[in-house]
Amino acid sequence: MIHLEKRPQPSRAWALMTPVIAVIVTMIAGGLLFAALGKNPIEAIRTIFYDPLFGEFSFYYRPQLLVKGGPLILIAIGLSLGFRAGIWNIGAEGQYIVGAICGAAAGLAFYPMESIVIFPLMIFFGALGGLIWAMIPALLKVKFGTNEILVSLMLVYVAEQLLASMSLGLLKNPEGFGFPGSRNFQSYDSAHNAELITGTGMHWGVVAAFIAVIFSYILLNKHILGYNIRLTGEAPRAARFGGVNPTRLVLFCMGASGALAGLAGLFEVAGPAGQVSIDFNVGYGFTAIIVAFLGRLHPVGILLAGLLMALTYIGGDIAQSSLSLPSAAIQVFQGMLLFFLLALDVLTNFRIRFATKGAA
Amino acid sequence: MDLSAINPVLLIASLMVAATPLLLAAIGELVVEKAGVLNLGVEGMMIIGAICGFAIAVETTNPYLGLLAAMAGGAVLSLLFAFLTQVALANQVASGLALTLFGLGLSALMGQSYVGIKPPAMAKLDIPFLTDLPIIGPILFGHDPVLYVGLALTAATWALLKYSRLGLILRAVGENHEAAHALGYHVVRTRVLAILFGGACAGLGGAYISLIRVPQWTEGMTAGIGWIALALVVFASWKPWRVLLGAYLFGGINVLQLNLQAAGVAIPVEYLAMSPYLITILVLVIMSADKSRAPASLGRIFHASQ
Repeated sequence: MIHLEKRPQPSRAWALMTPVIAVIVTMIAGGLLFAALGKNPIEAIRTIFYDPLFGEFSFYYRPQLLVKGGPLILIAIGLSLGFRAGIWNIGAEGQYIVGAICGAAAGLAFYPMESIVIFPLMIFFGALGGLIWAMIPALLKVKFGTNEILVSLMLVYVAEQLLASMSLGLLKNPEGFGFPGSRNFQSYDSAHNAELITGTGMHWGVVAAFIAVIFSYILLNKHILGYNIRLTGEAPRAARFGGVNPTRLVLFCMGASGALAGLAGLFEVAGPAGQVSIDFNVGYGFTAIIVAFLGRLHPVGILLAGLLMALTYIGGDIAQSSLSLPSAAIQVFQGMLLFFLLALDVLTNFRIRFATKGAA
Repeated sequence: MDLSAINPVLLIASLMVAATPLLLAAIGELVVEKAGVLNLGVEGMMIIGAICGFAIAVETTNPYLGLLAAMAGGAVLSLLFAFLTQVALANQVASGLALTLFGLGLSALMGQSYVGIKPPAMAKLDIPFLTDLPIIGPILFGHDPVLYVGLALTAATWALLKYSRLGLILRAVGENHEAAHALGYHVVRTRVLAILFGGACAGLGGAYISLIRVPQWTEGMTAGIGWIALALVVFASWKPWRVLLGAYLFGGINVLQLNLQAAGVAIPVEYLAMSPYLITILVLVIMSADKSRAPASLGRIFHASQ
């Protein structure tokens, strides 16, 4: 008879090992899935994980790693703060969209003026948009005790409708021959989030992501606020007796994650996506949840997890064109990863015993 | 704008149809939450039910087999959640999210070859004389069988929770799992069964959308209904009849905004489409003042340590 015995302390070794094992198990399970779809599993796995980095066209794909990883890391860093304290902002996708809309609107308001203050202004409004969108569930939770999970998620659907309205209405390109979508930022230099070093994929969003990683590391390890966040997550009662103010914590965690998601949206819309359009968002806000968990809610872990998840996006695209692997297969793959991670996590907190029940 | 085109009888009849998927999913989730488990994967189980039901109904040309398959699909997916939260003792919020993300991806993968197909139609109730009655006929006697199943399920859930021994055990497990365990009830077994029931209900609700309400398959077609169902359980203070009331309310809002869109009201379509989600938030705010109704062990992990 197998039974679980609670560890007095979570095992550090297992906490580091489980993401790695989860990735390997997911590769095996993913291989079986691809085989079931009639593809050669070894070839599919190689296409997804090896070709983007070392394959024939890797010079093209490697920069994409930063382009796709940047927003994922930026959003996941924000989410990880709240997740650590048991504050569940799962509407990052909505904050991402609203940040993009606000930031883009700020930039487009100045068209065709050229000035170096425009881009910083867009960044400010992008963060502000995300912040405001996240403040709705935060304030409702603080004031009325409303469940932040449901409210933040409902606001994703609201944001999607808002995006549709904006790209068909207010922000539509007046010279776009009636096509939906805003002016393209690639032809508006002051507002364009261009590649900083040619051929690397490095843009301001990636820079922001790296800065966020460093700041969140310092916050969680050296600052009293980070200590309070960790305390609230690990021992809520102790946190209450210790005088941690839950209201401020909710507002801070939700606000920070919203602002970072908004920033990610702005950098995406002003750079790689290029314009506000109905479907510029591709679900980074949801994938970032997986990134946050896979990275163990730790800044450095999230950095690595974000790059890995970016790799599956790129590899998925390649596999789609070269092996005609359906794009949904990658979504399943990412979902499976979270499953295996959560299932294996039991080993971090519990010891498995193969003892007979009668013995004890 | 022509509001006279909106026929109140048809509005009520279509409100009942629009409310049924919500009702089914929310009743399932109510039972799960009464057992003390918070399953946020309703959206994922619904969409899996939608595609399983659709695929089987198309392949066998029998909509009833489709509905059974949908229930099985939802239940199998919920089994994953049960394993994660009850055996591997994982965080319920994270596991529920994983279920939804996985379900959305898997359904898109499964549904690729079913886009643009029409499913076999399901016969509507047709009682001679009764169905032909004016006003009452189309509202009470003119629907598909699943709609009545939803109503019966609500009544059955209410009766079982309130009057049966099974309901008592379920509630005991949800209110205080340590005490229930001490009394010798099987906490984990009860919860797994509740989760399976919730999965089957959500699956059926999903299939109702793809087979009866819409009826066709499109990726992500549940569009947040699973999440609204979760909100509905809070709205209803964990009471079955209030779930019914809430489902009809939301169904009504949805049907009304669609009717207003069709009637060409001066409000842009996107803002009308936002309204069900905004109203859900509003209702959540109003209802969340009273927290006392929530099962006391909701979302807490149970581990029978010696």
